[in-house]
Amino acid sequence: MSEATTDKGRRDFIVVATNTMMAVGAAAVVYPLIDQMNPAADTLALASIEVNIAGITEGQAITVKWRGKPVFIRHRTADEIQTAAAANMDDLRDPQVDGDRVQKPELLVIEGICTHLGCVPLGQKIGEVKGDYNGWFCPCHGSHYDTSGRIRKGPAPTNLGVPPYEFISDSVIKIG
Amino acid sequence: MRKLNTLSLGLSLWLGMIMATGSALAAGAGGKITEHDWSFSGPFGYFDQASLQRGFQVYREVCSGCHGLEFISFRNFAELGYNEDEIKAIAAEYEVVDGPNDEGEMFERAAIPADRYPSPFPNENAARAANGGAYPPDLSLIVKARPNGANYIYSLLTSYTDAPSEMDVPEGMHYNEAYAGQMIAMAAPLYGEDVDYADGSDTSIEAHAADVVSFLAWASEPEMEKRKRTGLAVLIFLSVMCVVSYKAKQYIWSDVKKA
Amino acid sequence: MQMQNFKNPVVNWIDHRLPVFSFMHHELNEYPTPKNLSYLWNLGSLAGFALVMMIATGIILAMHYTPHVDHAFASVERIMRDVNHGWLIRYIHMNGASFFFIVVYIHIFRGLYYGSYKAPRELLWILGVMILLLMMATAFMGYVLPWGQMSFWGATVITNLFSAIPFIGESIVVWLWGGFSVDNPTLSRFFALHYLMPFMIVGVVLLHIIALHRFGSNNPLGIDVSGKQDTIPFHPYYTSKDLFGLVVFLTIFASAVFFYPNFLGHPDNYIPANPLQTPAHIVPEWYFLPFYAILRAIPDKLGGVLFMFGAIAVLFVLPWLDKSPVRSGRFRPIFKVFFWLLFADCILLGYLGAKPAEGIYVVLSRLATAWYFFHFLLVLPVLSLIERTRPLPQSISAPIIGGMAMAGAAAKREKPDA
Repeated sequence: MSEATTDKGRRDFIVVATNTMMAVGAAAVVYPLIDQMNPAADTLALASIEVNIAGITEGQAITVKWRGKPVFIRHRTADEIQTAAAANMDDLRDPQVDGDRVQKPELLVIEGICTHLGCVPLGQKIGEVKGDYNGWFCPCHGSHYDTSGRIRKGPAPTNLGVPPYEFISDSVIKIG
Repeated sequence: MRKLNTLSLGLSLWLGMIMATGSALAAGAGGKITEHDWSFSGPFGYFDQASLQRGFQVYREVCSGCHGLEFISFRNFAELGYNEDEIKAIAAEYEVVDGPNDEGEMFERAAIPADRYPSPFPNENAARAANGGAYPPDLSLIVKARPNGANYIYSLLTSYTDAPSEMDVPEGMHYNEAYAGQMIAMAAPLYGEDVDYADGSDTSIEAHAADVVSFLAWASEPEMEKRKRTGLAVLIFLSVMCVVSYKAKQYIWSDVKKA
Repeated sequence: MQMQNFKNPVVNWIDHRLPVFSFMHHELNEYPTPKNLSYLWNLGSLAGFALVMMIATGIILAMHYTPHVDHAFASVERIMRDVNHGWLIRYIHMNGASFFFIVVYIHIFRGLYYGSYKAPRELLWILGVMILLLMMATAFMGYVLPWGQMSFWGATVITNLFSAIPFIGESIVVWLWGGFSVDNPTLSRFFALHYLMPFMIVGVVLLHIIALHRFGSNNPLGIDVSGKQDTIPFHPYYTSKDLFGLVVFLTIFASAVFFYPNFLGHPDNYIPANPLQTPAHIVPEWYFLPFYAILRAIPDKLGGVLFMFGAIAVLFVLPWLDKSPVRSGRFRPIFKVFFWLLFADCILLGYLGAKPAEGIYVVLSRLATAWYFFHFLLVLPVLSLIERTRPLPQSISAPIIGGMAMAGAAAKREKPDA
């Protein structure tokens, strides 16, 4: 009993140590339980695809699936390239030069996901509504994109994204 | 506390008996199993990458003619120590079916690292038809799917002998002392010097068997090294916490007047 | 329940409107617990922990699992190989089932020895047996999900038990299967039910706890608490003791999960289900072995099923079979002997359940089964009439009165108060 004070100090220390270890242990357990929801190894391995673009004629567009989402590949006409390049930066909500969005001017590769809330814009097929700027039009909330996939009108905050891609040859591109 | 000891003793006895029964059953039903010393057994077990690569070569040149490896993708070979380019090169040697293409046809293309290792037969019926009615099992889980798996497969591969004279071996069957019933449909796959190792290591039948079993053990439990390493850290943490939480309990209880 | 005054104003504000904090204070801090509980009383909270662990890992596995005969096996392998930490989560769930049963079985034997099923705790006990039944159903259905050989044949054998019911048995089995064999409809419904039943267990566990808190824990002496001097608050005394027990449990559990994850499983379950070929030796998971032995001991299909379910049914009526007014086995010299005989009998049954049903094993199974029912239906009622029990101590605080050997030993184990 004469060592009551040291005893109390030691007691507090050991209780604090126990609680600390409990917290550390719990955190260590929680990490894998959360991380398991991140993409699995097989999902990550499928993150790139190769697309043959030789068959896309001028004015035509195709849609391919990459990472479960549509990617728009459009072989643009000279006219479309012209209007895209001529756009006034002051008119753009998310100013970006057309040249920064393409590797070859005739081939536009963009993610077909409206930057507003994730719908797929119209404008790929012949006869579909292309919006006021002759690019794409999102039917969900009325966003209009131009021939470079830049947002011009409507609620979407930014331009349609450009996925990472490279030309493996003149006729094949690798997305991702 | 004494009762607790007795109870847990009883339960562990029970579990022990069950396990003893299990392995006794396995041993009784099967044949002669030789125990081999594996780098991957025990709490500090690890896979010897050189052996895994040699084992893969044996699998590829000998086993893969009949046995699939359906849960392994080419990308998994990174764990055998191959780099990305080597894996791409290995994958490109195989053709896989993909499709349908724009015309609606299935087509063949060179495999990529994300593809599964192609099976030798399109389905079980085709496999049976090609092997006299016997189905060569897929090997991706074989070490886990047999009691005492690694030793069993090692013994199986090295126990093909001539049948005793009084025993009649039917057509299409082979005598193997390690196999349950001693009659196995699989012909002896290894004879020694079946595969030329680039690293010049031993090509005896035992060395081939040990390498391919190592490879198959990895295929069954690719997480094994990570699991055991994590386990050691967890056990060290918990052991310390056992002591600390016991002390905490003792101090908290020190003011309780019992009896 | 007394409304509390908390220092933290936010807590106070909430508690005034929604008295959850007062409730927790009442159940943890005020809840008077006998001060002489041994480590065997850790098993209850440990079982609660195991339940939470199983539900947490189970929900995660359900995120990655596909309940379809063509994809179930492969989806489990994907969890093992590709999902981040999937192998860890699945091995925890797989071994967790076994450890849950180990904990619950010890918990049950503790209740049997110390008479925790006696008045006024009969309902508490019955709710516990219900939890055991639900656990068995849940574990059985969970074992089917990986769709390996043991999954498939276990499901086939166990669902066929119901065909023993006269007249309607066959129709019931077809209804359970949703077809004419264990197949995709069976797998889907087992998955749905395997997900549902743990939450039913949670419900019964809550009732179990409410019933427990009505009269508080039994204790090794089996006598009622006589006053404040016999009890201590649950927190921090039993929380700290439970925590230590939990860490010990986790240490053993982690050894299994990380180093022997397949020790308690069957290699055959890593072979995909094949409806055309039964494995040579099919045995259920270890925790069903005693019941399996009883099933096989009876040479009649319906009889075997009845005796197997009877083995659990008898636990439901246990409070009325053992009418001895003394709870704890410490003060019942003859009961104590029979308790350990029953314990040995259950272990023998478990051993026999793993053995092939032939020769001496059949004879032993019948004897062990007979002993099991003999114990509950004859020994206990008779003992409660004729047994001369030892004198009980007057209170938990003064257990030495009467000079009993057991109580004396209990006092000797305690460390002197510093």
